[in-house]
Amino acid sequence: MGNPEKIVADEMIRTFSALPAWLEATPALISRGRFLDCDCRLGPIEQPFFVSIRGGRIVEFTAAPVLMRSWRFSYRATPSAWTEYWKPMPTPGWHDLLALTKRGEAVLEGDLHPFMAHLQYFKDLLALPRCHQSKVAA
Amino acid sequence: MNGQIEPMIGRYVHVDIGGEMHRIYFEESGAGIPLVCLHTAGSDGRQWRHLLADAEFTKNFRIIAFDMPWHGKSNPPASWNGDEYQLTTARYTQTIRAFCKAVRLDRPVVMGCSIGGRIVLNLAIDHAAEFRALIGLEAADFQQSWYDTTWLNRPDVHGGEVCAALVSGLIAPQSPRVSRDETLWAYKQGGPGVFKGDLYFYRVDGDLRGKIERIDTGVCPLYLLTGEYDFSCTPEDTRRTAASIPGARVTVMEELGHFPMSENPEQFRRYIAPVLAGILEAQVLPKRVASA
Repeated sequence: MGNPEKIVADEMIRTFSALPAWLEATPALISRGRFLDCDCRLGPIEQPFFVSIRGGRIVEFTAAPVLMRSWRFSYRATPSAWTEYWKPMPTPGWHDLLALTKRGEAVLEGDLHPFMAHLQYFKDLLALPRCHQSKVAA
Repeated sequence: MNGQIEPMIGRYVHVDIGGEMHRIYFEESGAGIPLVCLHTAGSDGRQWRHLLADAEFTKNFRIIAFDMPWHGKSNPPASWNGDEYQLTTARYTQTIRAFCKAVRLDRPVVMGCSIGGRIVLNLAIDHAAEFRALIGLEAADFQQSWYDTTWLNRPDVHGGEVCAALVSGLIAPQSPRVSRDETLWAYKQGGPGVFKGDLYFYRVDGDLRGKIERIDTGVCPLYLLTGEYDFSCTPEDTRRTAASIPGARVTVMEELGHFPMSENPEQFRRYIAPVLAGILEAQVLPKRVASA
């Protein structure tokens, strides 16, 4: 029997690692982010990823820690928040990135301009596991 | 169906609000008890189009939805010089009462959503005798803020995109895509700074805590309905508000968010139908008793 927390953490890392490929398979979302160039930090509170986005595409996706890496903004959430957010029909209050910050399950930091100027892009990017995970489960 | 014409009719009425004439756009449909519908912040009366087209409701209700000044097809007043728009409790209340007076409505029912739900509480506090019933959707005396409204109107962020993206999370995930997109479209079309200006009322000027205890539901019945996915005005916010108002009737609506009438009209109908039936019954019963 493995450690349940580690199993959840590993699954979360696997899901986040699939984001660049899922984004590539979603041209409408790339198009939405066509003016977005940004280095940011996304993922679980303890193990976020450094994400480089150019023209709406993820060109680099690296797990922390990375020494002295800069980022403009950071959106990190608890494992339970990501688990709920990615459900095909999330529970009320766990269904939106800003619902998660309001309930204290996520932290938004840094220069928020790229995040706010491309808010729907980031909501949709981070919700990609909703449909892909359910396909995998099926 | 090709060529189908919907039953609502849109017109303009000139309304004296605070001594200045405003050209207000409204749509109406049906006959009977007047039912005035108030849209959410940053949107317009199109949110009510499904209710206006409902053949069952319009048998007994004259349903009217108007665009607030600065919203939809109601332009800013002629005196506006470009200053920052800010809706206040007093101005909002004055606008609703002035519209009802201009259209010569006899003790209408007023149903408002979000900021419309909040102002309905203020109508209940100060003007209850003017109304047959009041319905607050996504209504509370106060709720905790969850973002900084300065993002809504600045030159380096597209106002329409950010307004729509912010409120998109308030729509229930079960709502049909087409209705969700239509709800967000109105936010993408709003004038610069209008959503932000409406939220001045919601966030700053319209805190009704400590005032709602004055509401007497014996004078005017009060119905409060809130969607379970509304994390802006949560069901807990509405329940807390209702706890201070004896006689207020609370319904938590499943699979609905902050825009019940437009994000999922069919689901909303299940909840609003019994409320309207109750209001109708309350109007009919006294007449039956009187004629017996």
